[in-house]
Amino acid sequence: MSAHAEAHGAHPPVANRSSRVDSRLLGIYFFIASEVMLFGSFFSAYFFARVAVPHDEWPPKPYELPVYLALLNTIILVSSSFTMHWALQSIKRNNRSGLIAGLAITFGLGLTFLLIQAREYTRIGFSPHDLAFGTTFFGLTGLHGCHVFLGLTLLGIALVRSLRGHYGPAGHDHLGVEIPGIYWHFVDVMWIVVYTTVYVL
Amino acid sequence: MRNPVRTEAEAFSFVIAVVALFAAVALVGIFVNGWAALVAFVVLAPVVGYRYFSSDPKVVEPAVWDRSRDADGRHRILVVANETVAGRSLRDEVVRRAVERDAQVLVVTPALNTRIRHWTSDEDTARGAAQARLDESLAALSRDGIDAQGTVGDDDPCQAIEDALRMFAADEIVVSTHPAGRSNWLEHGVVERAKERFDLPITHVVVDLEREAGARRTA
Repeated sequence: MSAHAEAHGAHPPVANRSSRVDSRLLGIYFFIASEVMLFGSFFSAYFFARVAVPHDEWPPKPYELPVYLALLNTIILVSSSFTMHWALQSIKRNNRSGLIAGLAITFGLGLTFLLIQAREYTRIGFSPHDLAFGTTFFGLTGLHGCHVFLGLTLLGIALVRSLRGHYGPAGHDHLGVEIPGIYWHFVDVMWIVVYTTVYVL
Repeated sequence: MRNPVRTEAEAFSFVIAVVALFAAVALVGIFVNGWAALVAFVVLAPVVGYRYFSSDPKVVEPAVWDRSRDADGRHRILVVANETVAGRSLRDEVVRRAVERDAQVLVVTPALNTRIRHWTSDEDTARGAAQARLDESLAALSRDGIDAQGTVGDDDPCQAIEDALRMFAADEIVVSTHPAGRSNWLEHGVVERAKERFDLPITHVVVDLEREAGARRTA
């Protein structure tokens, strides 16, 4: 113990550089991992309700899911990923109007998605209190809706900043668009999984 | 390997891959049944995942977390070398490049170790040997008037480069190896891997220590 302490003097040994993971990289990984686990817990509850609880058919009668309305929402959200990508490609080419148009359309599509989902909730004919089916349905789609709302908030900030002349083509000048973009694509991926498992299958 | 959260463009490509996967799964579910869709997912997900993660993006962009480094405008050269770090030809190449562009130089010497010592964290000997070679090289560069610093890195050269880039925003990388046939790094495709992994100009310098020693004896 004393020999070890003497060898290193009054300070601890130099850390192996490989153990120094960039804090921003680590932050993104932890965030995405926590989100995947959060959605995973809701999916587990959904599949448990669906597989372990005996039902003749799914969704249990007399409930029905608005598959085509949700398909419309899926098309809207997938389209918003394309417009988000367009917005970022525009600012990389120093096309400010393309950035603003792309962000505005993405924001509009995201807002339309939320409004359609809100409309769907009011007319769907069951509530979170109706069986495990209702609870898991509202839990999963509601959790996703919260993520869309958060994504819209980030996009709204990016849109206002772009209208005020912020951002530029250099890599570090459009991080404020790129990071919400990554988040928006993550939200899109989660919806594709939710739509396929909850509405289609 | 591609990383879907590395850039927005990567995330967008991932969305496309997920849309393709779940469209196929949904079609199986609609036309057959839910269990067939599950089987389709289990079969297709690894295939789509493998194709996505193993493919190369058409345009390699710097990762989001690499973009906000402060730059003082000076050119920066990252030199990665181990046993060849004190080689004359490497030193000449680094001096030439550094003088041309008034560059800052960071020399990284990976602490090469045996696998068993690596896994048991017995790295002191390897790091000590690497540090000794590095000190010799830095002293020589300093005598040539080059602004050079150095550090001992991970025993995997690519990992050592990645670690160094987090601290030192290099504009180019110089990788030094022994000649083909005598170089463990060349045998393991280190230079090719580095070119695939890092979006920076990479120069490969071959140092023949035996020939340099022979030339010194002759002189």
